[in-house]
Amino acid sequence: MQQDIQILFEKLHPLERKVLPLIKENNTPDKIVLASKLQEVEVIRALQWLENKKIITTKEELKEVVLLDNNGRTYSKIGLPEQRFLEAIKSSSQMTDEIKKFAKLDEAEYSVCIGLLRRKNAVTIKKEANNLQITITEEGKKVLEKQKYDYQFLRSLTAEERDIASLTLDETESMNELKQRKDIIRIELRKPKTISLTEIGKELSKMNFSVSITEKLTQEMLKNNSWKDAKFRRFDVEINVPKITGGKRHFENQAIEYVKQIWLDMGFKEMTGNYVHTAYQDLDMLFVPQDHPARTMQDTFYLGNKKIMHGRLPKDFKKIKYVHENGADTGSKGWRYKWSEEEASKILLRTHTTVLSALKLQQLKKQDLPAKFFTVGKVFRNEALDWKHLFEFYQIDGIVIDPNANFKHLKGYLREFFGKMGYPDVRIRPAHFPYTEPSVEVDVLHPVKKEWIELGGAGIFRPEVVIPLLGEDIPVLAWGLGTGRIVSSYYGITDIRDMYKNDLKQLREMKLWIK
Amino acid sequence: MPTIVLKKSVLEKVIGKKLPIDKLKDRISMLGTNLEKIESDEIHVEIFPNRPDLLSEQGFARAFSSFIGIKTGLREYKIKSSNCKVIVDKSVAMRPYTACAIVKNLKFNDERIREIIQMQEKLATTHGRKRKKSCYGIYPLQKINFPITYIAKDPKTIKFKPLGFKEDIPADKIEELHPTGKEYKQITESWTKYPFYIDCKGKVLSMLPYTNSDDLGKIDETTKDVFIECTGTDYQNVEIALNMFVTTLADMGGEIYSIEMIYPNKTSTTPNLNPSEMKIDINYVNKRLGLNLNEKEMIKYLASMGFGYKNGKALIPSYRADILHQVDLIEDIAIAYGYENFEEIIPKVATIAQEDEFEKFKKKIIYLLIGLNFLETNSYHLIPKTLQLNNMNIQSEVIPLVDPISIEYNTLRSWLLPSLLQILKENKHNEYPQNIFEIATVFLPDKQKATLVDEKQHLSIVLCNPEIDYTKIKQVIDYLLRMFSIEYTIKETAHPSFIPGRVAEVIVNKISLGFLGELHPTVLTNFTIDTPIAVCELDCNMLFELVSKNN
Repeated sequence: MQQDIQILFEKLHPLERKVLPLIKENNTPDKIVLASKLQEVEVIRALQWLENKKIITTKEELKEVVLLDNNGRTYSKIGLPEQRFLEAIKSSSQMTDEIKKFAKLDEAEYSVCIGLLRRKNAVTIKKEANNLQITITEEGKKVLEKQKYDYQFLRSLTAEERDIASLTLDETESMNELKQRKDIIRIELRKPKTISLTEIGKELSKMNFSVSITEKLTQEMLKNNSWKDAKFRRFDVEINVPKITGGKRHFENQAIEYVKQIWLDMGFKEMTGNYVHTAYQDLDMLFVPQDHPARTMQDTFYLGNKKIMHGRLPKDFKKIKYVHENGADTGSKGWRYKWSEEEASKILLRTHTTVLSALKLQQLKKQDLPAKFFTVGKVFRNEALDWKHLFEFYQIDGIVIDPNANFKHLKGYLREFFGKMGYPDVRIRPAHFPYTEPSVEVDVLHPVKKEWIELGGAGIFRPEVVIPLLGEDIPVLAWGLGTGRIVSSYYGITDIRDMYKNDLKQLREMKLWIK
Repeated sequence: MPTIVLKKSVLEKVIGKKLPIDKLKDRISMLGTNLEKIESDEIHVEIFPNRPDLLSEQGFARAFSSFIGIKTGLREYKIKSSNCKVIVDKSVAMRPYTACAIVKNLKFNDERIREIIQMQEKLATTHGRKRKKSCYGIYPLQKINFPITYIAKDPKTIKFKPLGFKEDIPADKIEELHPTGKEYKQITESWTKYPFYIDCKGKVLSMLPYTNSDDLGKIDETTKDVFIECTGTDYQNVEIALNMFVTTLADMGGEIYSIEMIYPNKTSTTPNLNPSEMKIDINYVNKRLGLNLNEKEMIKYLASMGFGYKNGKALIPSYRADILHQVDLIEDIAIAYGYENFEEIIPKVATIAQEDEFEKFKKKIIYLLIGLNFLETNSYHLIPKTLQLNNMNIQSEVIPLVDPISIEYNTLRSWLLPSLLQILKENKHNEYPQNIFEIATVFLPDKQKATLVDEKQHLSIVLCNPEIDYTKIKQVIDYLLRMFSIEYTIKETAHPSFIPGRVAEVIVNKISLGFLGELHPTVLTNFTIDTPIAVCELDCNMLFELVSKNN
């Protein structure tokens, strides 16, 4: 116990050291401020710390107090006006001027008194020439007696305000009477804080407060060895400290970095590429028919000043044209329509990162196989912004080009990836995309909410895509997955627009991607 | 993608079996349709665009009962001859293809009429590409007098009562007055004549691609026999649409009758419900799916999806529009096998991982800047034109979007700085210093590129706090370039966004890498920012090249 007191003592902040010894004699903050010569905020802070450490307790009680108001302060010295009035005529009736003079009443006070006293039948008034002669009645004498109580009550307030609960019956009656009159007394609510030492506090205050305690170790002290004699204050090491923040990656990019790392760990090579492409690269190479609804301006951002800009097609564009029109040498019937160069040369913002997969297939040579590639990048869709839609967002694409790849491997890769993302339950359902067959929709089970969330599409590229680009019908497993729902769920973001809001407070405070 | 509403009770009647709700949900999803919700008797299902034949209860039930094994294999439909003729005039070049049929002995009620109208609408939107490729009309047979003519006419010469109207109007007013005329008029922009279906008494059945006539083209509960026409710009598309209608009506209990189509130089009979054939190679199927099916099993799975099989060939029902290649059959086999029944396998194939070198380089910059207490931001690539030009006191060419979602996102940004200043503008209530950076793509017009656009990645660094000045940003650049061992010089320059005498270019090997400086108060005022800002914007690709060359 004594040792605890000693440690506690050594932990006292300089302000606490000043305040604590004063508490025994002074049980309110105001008194301590006076006694300590500290500023009020310093005292309040010190008291707060002391209370947190259970060295003192404070008590706050709501109470009503009565105190003198402006007029009341004057009346408490010279008496109430009607009291003075009655005093002036107590022994014999007097004329108006005499009363005013003797009772020190001005014209206004005098009129009020006359009215009031007449109503109470305390005086009789006799008109004489231009003057009034006023005489006290028996009733008036009683009023005067009662006035003395009111006066005494006022006097009792001159030293300090009084707790209403502590008033006597007579005083309460006086208060009720006086509070109806102008600016004599006021009733206010008080929440006074009274401070008392706890048992620990009492022990502590017996300590020797005159010993000097060192607050800060300085370079000076180290140089001149004065630290050897110093007694360092013990800090309250467990106390809360002000928060700091530092430089950081954007929270979404932390997640993207992790996603990339997963694919690298699985032996995939990274693909990167442009955002701006011809429709030929983004859509036609992927066998998306030219009248497909996704190619309209409602879904895709085309570039140009009011009119869509047209870029240049590669020399060998006809191999794509023929695949669309009649399947060429792919064994397909094709879409059986007239393919338009004009439509294919439109310039757009990539609608999916699958465009990079298509471009990669075009570059690959047979000796490069088997090969695995991934990319994580922004894609663009002409979609109005709201809490669950963005026009610009990340997509993950991956391809596995392997003569022996099959549908079971597709399921395997997806499961492995989502497992590493923290979603071990993966489900695939039939779906439709123009460039994959079979096509699948990928769902993962939210581990807490136990709901299936749709996270993207996958499949095996159609021969109509692969043969023109790679030159041979080799299975290419492919997927295009969203990251938004996993990332926002991790960070607890309910409005997807927060990803690009760049609220610096949010960027500073957001937890790390811990995976 | 279209969503249709199926009546559970109707579906169950057609299937002839009740399924527990969980099983129903699961099977609908695994058939390859996206179950949205089930509400009492209503099943809301999203149909993928490759399966327009599922856009009616009948079509859906047909596929579904095959899938759950109740009635598998190729459905056969009988066609009787009606001896009715449709004359196709050579004038219909703008919409040259048509196919017709008659279905008799139907029983219509509200429910069936709703189903047919839903199918007609959804089919025209998807399969018919919003009526551009094809659209369809259904008429009570008893009001029509054969032969009918499909002919293009000047709409000024024709008057008829469009669906939903009380009086005849001139056909050239349709685009003004009728809702479908307003909706689809861009299809007919270049037309002077419009195709009409007209019966032998001169009565208009319909004006394509807009509307049936209210007199002849409205089926109701008293209708027993119907005439169906499909028109469009692609014969195969039109024919498949007709097949989807007649098979749906036949599944409702109707009898199909053919029509003789008389062209100027030939005659043909529609509908043609003969299945088409496609070679299917079981080894290819097994290889792609990773299965080991024998022929019998494969036939069973094909049958579950409504296909027949004969001598190495799959028989494809006449209403299936999506079978282009045997991979399409393979998908259906996979669906019948059950996607959930495939194992998850990761093959043991050695491939070497490789992170993109430029991406690695960017990370090095990012972590240096984070060490200097900078926050990385993430802003949109689309910004308002005024933000990147007017607000910055500059004039330049930027790349606009044709149909932006709003003026706030109407151009591709040509530099990063405006985006970062916009961020600071929106963060004035937050704590300072506000030191941020971003590495991202900017877009510049470039006729040399196949896409007419050059893309670069820039690094922009912005320091914002009351004590900031030019020196502070120069210190950051100096640190960065020193760390990458790049020797550089700083050369004073002029730039309208900066205070004169406080802006410079970063020069390496006589080439400018970008600039740094203290922003001009007019720019700060344009952004309503009241704290000094020092910035830099560097070409990150160029920086990477320099660093790669040095190492």
